[in-house]
Amino acid sequence: MSDYLSSSLFFGVTVSLITYWIGLLVKKRFRLALFNPLLISVALTIIILLISDVDYATYNDGAKYLSYLLTPSTICLAIPLYQQLEILKKNLKVVMISIAAGTFSSLFSILLLSIAFGLSHEQYVTLMPKSITTAIATGVSGEFGGIAAVTATAVAITGILGNVIAESVLKMFKINHPIAKGLACGTSAHAIGTVKAMELGELEGAMSSLSIAVAGLMTVLAASVFANLW
Amino acid sequence: MKYLKQFAIIIVISFIGELLNYCLPFPIPASIYGMVILFIGLITGIIRLEWVKETGLFLIEIMPIMFIPICVGLMDAWGNIAPIWFPVVFICAITTVIVMAITGRTAESILRRDKKKEVHHE
Repeated sequence: MSDYLSSSLFFGVTVSLITYWIGLLVKKRFRLALFNPLLISVALTIIILLISDVDYATYNDGAKYLSYLLTPSTICLAIPLYQQLEILKKNLKVVMISIAAGTFSSLFSILLLSIAFGLSHEQYVTLMPKSITTAIATGVSGEFGGIAAVTATAVAITGILGNVIAESVLKMFKINHPIAKGLACGTSAHAIGTVKAMELGELEGAMSSLSIAVAGLMTVLAASVFANLW
Repeated sequence: MKYLKQFAIIIVISFIGELLNYCLPFPIPASIYGMVILFIGLITGIIRLEWVKETGLFLIEIMPIMFIPICVGLMDAWGNIAPIWFPVVFICAITTVIVMAITGRTAESILRRDKKKEVHHE
Protein backbone atom coordinates (compact mmCIF):
# COMPACT_ATOMS: atom_id res chain seq x y z
CA MET A 1 0.00 0.00 0.00
CA SER A 2 2.68 2.46 1.01
CA ASP A 3 4.57 1.48 -2.16
CA TYR A 4 1.61 2.55 -4.23
CA LEU A 5 1.13 5.78 -2.23
CA SER A 6 4.83 6.57 -2.65
CA SER A 7 4.52 6.49 -6.41
CA SER A 8 1.26 8.46 -6.57
CA LEU A 9 1.62 12.05 -7.66
CA PHE A 10 -1.84 13.03 -6.42
CA PHE A 11 -1.73 11.39 -2.98
CA GLY A 12 -0.15 14.41 -1.28
CA VAL A 13 -2.53 16.94 -2.81
CA THR A 14 -5.56 14.71 -2.11
CA VAL A 15 -4.70 14.30 1.57
CA SER A 16 -3.97 18.04 1.93
CA LEU A 17 -7.21 19.18 0.32
CA ILE A 18 -9.50 16.68 2.02
CA THR A 19 -8.06 17.35 5.48
CA TYR A 20 -8.40 21.10 4.87
CA TRP A 21 -12.01 20.57 3.84
CA ILE A 22 -12.60 18.64 7.09
CA GLY A 23 -10.98 21.59 8.89
CA LEU A 24 -13.43 24.01 7.25
CA LEU A 25 -16.38 21.83 8.30
CA VAL A 26 -15.12 21.61 11.90
CA LYS A 27 -14.61 25.38 12.02
CA LYS A 28 -18.10 26.02 10.67
CA ARG A 29 -19.59 23.62 13.21
CA PHE A 30 -17.77 24.95 16.31
CA ARG A 31 -16.89 28.58 15.43
CA LEU A 32 -13.81 28.64 17.65
CA ALA A 33 -10.55 30.25 16.57
CA LEU A 34 -8.71 27.23 17.98
CA PHE A 35 -10.29 25.11 15.23
CA ASN A 36 -8.22 26.74 12.55
CA PRO A 37 -8.65 24.83 9.24
CA LEU A 38 -4.94 25.04 8.43
CA LEU A 39 -3.98 23.68 11.85
CA ILE A 40 -6.50 20.83 11.60
CA SER A 41 -5.38 19.96 8.09
CA VAL A 42 -1.70 19.90 9.05
CA ALA A 43 -2.32 17.76 12.15
CA LEU A 44 -4.49 15.26 10.23
CA THR A 45 -2.06 15.09 7.31
CA ILE A 46 0.86 14.33 9.64
CA ILE A 47 -1.17 11.63 11.39
CA ILE A 48 -2.18 10.06 8.04
CA LEU A 49 1.42 10.08 6.80
CA LEU A 50 2.66 8.47 10.02
CA ILE A 51 -0.05 5.77 9.91
CA SER A 52 0.43 4.96 6.22
CA ASP A 53 4.22 5.05 6.67
CA VAL A 54 4.82 7.60 3.91
CA ASP A 55 7.70 9.99 4.57
CA TYR A 56 7.60 13.75 4.09
CA ALA A 57 9.76 13.84 0.96
CA THR A 58 7.40 11.39 -0.79
CA TYR A 59 4.30 13.32 0.27
CA ASN A 60 5.89 16.59 -0.81
CA ASP A 61 6.72 15.24 -4.29
CA GLY A 62 3.06 15.74 -5.13
CA ALA A 63 2.01 18.30 -2.51
CA LYS A 64 4.71 20.83 -3.43
CA TYR A 65 2.60 21.88 -6.41
CA LEU A 66 0.20 23.50 -3.94
CA SER A 67 3.00 25.72 -2.63
CA TYR A 68 4.02 26.55 -6.19
CA LEU A 69 1.24 29.14 -6.32
CA LEU A 70 2.37 30.87 -3.15
CA THR A 71 4.49 33.56 -4.80
CA PRO A 72 1.80 34.57 -7.34
CA SER A 73 -0.82 34.62 -4.55
CA THR A 74 1.27 36.78 -2.25
CA ILE A 75 1.79 39.22 -5.11
CA CYS A 76 -2.00 39.46 -5.40
CA LEU A 77 -2.21 40.86 -1.83
CA ALA A 78 -1.51 44.15 -3.65
CA ILE A 79 -5.09 43.97 -5.00
CA PRO A 80 -6.98 44.40 -1.66
CA LEU A 81 -4.36 46.95 -0.65
CA TYR A 82 -5.15 48.90 -3.81
CA GLN A 83 -8.90 48.54 -3.22
CA GLN A 84 -8.41 50.22 0.17
CA LEU A 85 -6.30 53.00 -1.29
CA GLU A 86 -8.78 55.71 -0.31
CA ILE A 87 -8.89 54.65 3.36
CA LEU A 88 -5.12 54.33 3.30
CA LYS A 89 -4.65 57.83 1.86
CA LYS A 90 -7.10 59.43 4.29
CA ASN A 91 -5.40 57.90 7.32
CA LEU A 92 -1.86 57.67 6.02
CA LYS A 93 -0.18 59.18 9.08
CA VAL A 94 -1.90 57.10 11.75
CA VAL A 95 -1.58 53.92 9.63
CA MET A 96 2.14 54.34 8.99
CA ILE A 97 3.18 55.44 12.49
CA SER A 98 1.10 52.81 14.32
CA ILE A 99 2.18 49.91 12.13
CA ALA A 100 5.81 51.06 12.32
CA ALA A 101 5.52 51.13 16.12
CA GLY A 102 3.96 47.66 16.09
CA THR A 103 6.53 46.21 13.68
CA PHE A 104 9.44 47.64 15.67
CA SER A 105 8.05 46.39 19.00
CA SER A 106 7.56 42.95 17.44
CA LEU A 107 11.13 42.70 16.13
CA PHE A 108 12.60 44.21 19.29
CA SER A 109 10.70 41.98 21.74
CA ILE A 110 11.52 38.85 19.71
CA LEU A 111 15.19 39.88 19.72
CA LEU A 112 15.25 40.42 23.50
CA LEU A 113 13.37 37.20 24.26
CA SER A 114 15.59 35.18 21.88
CA ILE A 115 18.67 36.48 23.70
CA ALA A 116 17.02 35.77 27.07
CA PHE A 117 16.27 32.16 26.05
CA GLY A 118 19.73 31.74 24.52
CA LEU A 119 18.38 30.75 21.10
CA SER A 120 20.80 30.20 18.21
CA HIS A 121 20.96 32.63 15.27
CA GLU A 122 19.07 30.12 13.14
CA GLN A 123 16.31 29.81 15.74
CA TYR A 124 16.16 33.59 16.17
CA VAL A 125 15.72 34.38 12.45
CA THR A 126 13.16 31.57 12.26
CA LEU A 127 10.99 33.41 14.82
CA MET A 128 11.89 36.97 13.76
CA PRO A 129 9.10 37.45 11.15
CA LYS A 130 6.41 35.52 13.08
CA SER A 131 3.97 38.45 13.43
CA ILE A 132 3.44 38.89 9.68
CA THR A 133 1.52 36.89 7.10
CA THR A 134 2.88 33.37 6.39
CA ALA A 135 3.84 34.00 2.76
CA ILE A 136 6.10 36.94 3.59
CA ALA A 137 7.29 35.44 6.88
CA THR A 138 8.54 32.19 5.35
CA GLY A 139 10.22 34.20 2.59
CA VAL A 140 12.03 36.41 5.12
CA SER A 141 12.94 33.44 7.29
CA GLY A 142 14.33 31.60 4.26
CA GLU A 143 16.41 34.58 3.10
CA PHE A 144 18.23 34.67 6.45
CA GLY A 145 18.65 30.92 6.91
CA GLY A 146 15.68 30.14 9.16
CA ILE A 147 13.53 26.98 9.07
CA ALA A 148 10.41 27.76 7.02
CA ALA A 149 8.23 25.03 8.56
CA VAL A 150 8.86 26.31 12.09
CA THR A 151 8.28 29.91 10.99
CA ALA A 152 4.96 28.92 9.42
CA THR A 153 3.93 27.20 12.65
CA ALA A 154 4.92 30.20 14.79
CA VAL A 155 2.91 32.44 12.45
CA ALA A 156 -0.13 30.16 12.81
CA ILE A 157 0.18 30.08 16.64
CA THR A 158 0.47 33.88 16.69
CA GLY A 159 -2.56 34.37 14.47
CA ILE A 160 -4.81 31.96 16.34
CA LEU A 161 -3.78 33.39 19.70
CA GLY A 162 -4.24 36.95 18.45
CA ASN A 163 -7.72 36.11 17.22
CA VAL A 164 -8.71 34.53 20.54
CA ILE A 165 -7.32 37.23 22.87
CA ALA A 166 -8.00 40.32 20.69
CA GLU A 167 -11.18 41.48 22.39
CA SER A 168 -9.77 41.18 25.93
CA VAL A 169 -6.49 42.90 24.99
CA LEU A 170 -8.26 45.76 23.19
CA LYS A 171 -10.50 46.26 26.21
CA MET A 172 -7.66 45.99 28.73
CA PHE A 173 -5.59 48.64 26.95
CA LYS A 174 -8.62 50.85 26.26
CA ILE A 175 -8.25 50.67 22.48
CA ASN A 176 -11.69 51.88 21.37
CA HIS A 177 -11.42 53.60 17.98
CA PRO A 178 -12.34 51.29 15.07
CA ILE A 179 -9.21 52.33 13.15
CA ALA A 180 -6.98 51.63 16.16
CA LYS A 181 -8.66 48.24 16.74
CA GLY A 182 -8.16 47.19 13.11
CA LEU A 183 -4.53 48.25 12.99
CA ALA A 184 -3.83 46.41 16.27
CA CYS A 185 -5.41 43.14 15.04
CA GLY A 186 -3.75 43.13 11.61
CA THR A 187 -0.29 44.16 12.76
CA SER A 188 -0.13 41.64 15.61
CA ALA A 189 -2.00 38.68 14.13
CA HIS A 190 -2.07 39.11 10.29
CA ALA A 191 -4.86 37.31 8.37
CA ILE A 192 -6.26 35.31 11.30
CA GLY A 193 -6.40 38.51 13.38
CA THR A 194 -8.16 40.18 10.45
CA VAL A 195 -10.94 37.60 10.66
CA LYS A 196 -11.60 38.86 14.18
CA ALA A 197 -11.33 42.51 13.06
CA MET A 198 -13.97 41.86 10.37
CA GLU A 199 -16.29 40.52 13.08
CA LEU A 200 -15.78 43.77 15.02
CA GLY A 201 -16.76 45.95 12.05
CA GLU A 202 -16.19 46.92 8.43
CA LEU A 203 -13.69 49.72 9.12
CA GLU A 204 -11.82 47.48 11.58
CA GLY A 205 -11.64 44.76 8.90
CA ALA A 206 -10.38 47.11 6.18
CA MET A 207 -7.74 48.59 8.48
CA SER A 208 -6.64 45.14 9.59
CA SER A 209 -6.25 43.72 6.08
CA LEU A 210 -4.33 46.83 5.09
CA SER A 211 -2.00 46.23 8.05
CA ILE A 212 -1.13 42.73 6.77
CA ALA A 213 0.55 44.15 3.67
CA VAL A 214 2.05 47.24 5.29
CA ALA A 215 3.44 45.39 8.34
CA GLY A 216 4.77 42.70 6.01
CA LEU A 217 6.65 45.24 3.90
CA MET A 218 7.99 47.12 6.93
CA THR A 219 9.22 43.86 8.46
CA VAL A 220 11.01 42.96 5.22
CA LEU A 221 12.78 46.34 5.28
CA ALA A 222 13.73 46.17 8.98
CA ALA A 223 14.62 42.46 8.95
CA SER A 224 18.03 42.89 7.34
CA VAL A 225 19.06 45.12 10.26
CA PHE A 226 17.52 42.96 12.98
CA ALA A 227 18.84 39.68 11.53
CA ASN A 228 22.39 40.86 12.24
CA LEU A 229 21.76 41.78 15.88
CA TRP A 230 21.90 38.22 17.29
CA MET B 1 -9.74 34.17 -22.12
CA LYS B 2 -10.25 36.59 -19.21
CA TYR B 3 -8.82 34.18 -16.64
CA LEU B 4 -5.98 33.15 -18.90
CA LYS B 5 -4.98 36.77 -19.39
CA GLN B 6 -5.25 37.53 -15.67
CA PHE B 7 -3.23 34.46 -14.73
CA ALA B 8 -0.61 35.27 -17.36
CA ILE B 9 -0.14 38.80 -16.01
CA ILE B 10 0.23 37.52 -12.44
CA ILE B 11 2.74 34.87 -13.54
CA VAL B 12 4.75 37.42 -15.55
CA ILE B 13 4.96 39.65 -12.44
CA SER B 14 6.06 36.59 -10.42
CA PHE B 15 8.78 35.95 -12.98
CA ILE B 16 10.00 39.56 -12.80
CA GLY B 17 9.96 39.36 -8.97
CA GLU B 18 12.02 36.18 -9.12
CA LEU B 19 14.45 37.83 -11.51
CA LEU B 20 14.88 40.84 -9.20
CA ASN B 21 15.41 38.53 -6.21
CA TYR B 22 18.14 36.80 -8.21
CA CYS B 23 19.83 39.93 -9.60
CA LEU B 24 19.61 42.35 -6.67
CA PRO B 25 21.68 41.77 -3.51
CA PHE B 26 18.84 42.44 -0.99
CA PRO B 27 17.31 39.69 1.18
CA ILE B 28 13.83 40.44 -0.16
CA PRO B 29 11.61 37.53 -1.31
CA ALA B 30 10.47 37.44 -4.97
CA SER B 31 6.86 37.75 -3.80
CA ILE B 32 7.53 41.15 -2.19
CA TYR B 33 9.13 42.56 -5.32
CA GLY B 34 6.11 41.32 -7.24
CA MET B 35 3.65 42.77 -4.75
CA VAL B 36 5.28 46.20 -4.96
CA ILE B 37 5.34 46.01 -8.77
CA LEU B 38 1.63 45.14 -8.91
CA PHE B 39 0.71 47.82 -6.35
CA ILE B 40 2.62 50.55 -8.18
CA GLY B 41 1.24 49.28 -11.50
CA LEU B 42 -2.32 49.57 -10.19
CA ILE B 43 -1.80 53.04 -8.69
CA THR B 44 -0.20 54.42 -11.84
CA GLY B 45 -2.82 52.76 -14.05
CA ILE B 46 -0.22 50.80 -16.03
CA ILE B 47 -2.00 47.66 -14.80
CA ARG B 48 -5.79 47.92 -14.70
CA LEU B 49 -7.68 46.30 -11.82
CA GLU B 50 -9.85 44.22 -14.19
CA TRP B 51 -6.71 42.68 -15.69
CA VAL B 52 -5.94 40.83 -12.45
CA LYS B 53 -8.98 41.06 -10.16
CA GLU B 54 -10.91 37.76 -10.27
CA THR B 55 -7.92 35.45 -10.57
CA GLY B 56 -6.03 37.47 -7.95
CA LEU B 57 -8.84 37.35 -5.41
CA PHE B 58 -9.33 33.64 -6.09
CA LEU B 59 -5.65 32.96 -5.42
CA ILE B 60 -5.84 34.93 -2.15
CA GLU B 61 -8.92 32.97 -1.11
CA ILE B 62 -7.25 29.59 -1.58
CA MET B 63 -3.92 30.75 -0.12
CA PRO B 64 -4.22 28.80 3.18
CA ILE B 65 -3.99 25.44 1.35
CA MET B 66 -0.62 26.45 -0.10
CA PHE B 67 0.85 26.44 3.40
CA ILE B 68 -0.19 22.86 4.18
CA PRO B 69 2.89 21.22 2.59
CA ILE B 70 5.19 23.77 4.27
CA CYS B 71 3.64 23.19 7.71
CA VAL B 72 3.63 19.40 7.28
CA GLY B 73 7.39 19.92 6.89
CA LEU B 74 7.32 20.10 10.69
CA MET B 75 7.52 16.29 10.52
CA ASP B 76 11.10 16.64 9.30
CA ALA B 77 11.87 19.83 11.24
CA TRP B 78 10.58 18.37 14.50
CA GLY B 79 14.13 17.59 15.62
CA ASN B 80 14.86 21.30 15.39
CA ILE B 81 11.77 22.51 17.17
CA ALA B 82 11.39 19.89 19.93
CA PRO B 83 14.17 21.32 22.16
CA ILE B 84 12.83 24.88 21.86
CA TRP B 85 9.07 24.35 21.85
CA PHE B 86 8.64 26.25 25.10
CA PRO B 87 10.53 29.43 24.03
CA VAL B 88 8.67 29.35 20.69
CA VAL B 89 5.22 29.23 22.31
CA PHE B 90 6.22 31.71 25.04
CA ILE B 91 7.69 34.24 22.57
CA CYS B 92 4.64 33.94 20.29
CA ALA B 93 2.25 34.56 23.17
CA ILE B 94 4.04 37.50 24.81
CA THR B 95 4.92 39.37 21.62
CA THR B 96 1.39 39.07 20.22
CA VAL B 97 0.04 40.93 23.28
CA ILE B 98 2.87 43.51 23.14
CA VAL B 99 2.40 44.24 19.43
CA MET B 100 -1.38 44.46 19.69
CA ALA B 101 -1.22 46.83 22.67
CA ILE B 102 1.51 49.09 21.26
CA THR B 103 -0.02 49.35 17.76
CA GLY B 104 -3.49 50.06 19.16
CA ARG B 105 -2.34 52.56 21.80
CA THR B 106 -0.18 54.44 19.25
CA ALA B 107 -3.12 54.72 16.83
CA GLU B 108 -5.51 55.66 19.63
CA SER B 109 -3.35 58.54 20.87
CA ILE B 110 -2.68 59.91 17.36
CA LEU B 111 -6.38 59.79 16.49
CA ARG B 112 -7.32 61.49 19.76
CA ARG B 113 -4.76 64.26 19.32
CA ASP B 114 -5.86 64.90 15.70
CA LYS B 115 -9.46 65.11 16.83
CA LYS B 116 -8.58 67.69 19.49
CA LYS B 117 -6.70 69.76 16.91
CA GLU B 118 -9.73 69.71 14.58
CA VAL B 119 -12.00 70.95 17.36
CA HIS B 120 -9.46 73.65 18.16
CA HIS B 121 -9.40 74.89 14.56
CA GLU B 122 -13.14 75.20 14.46
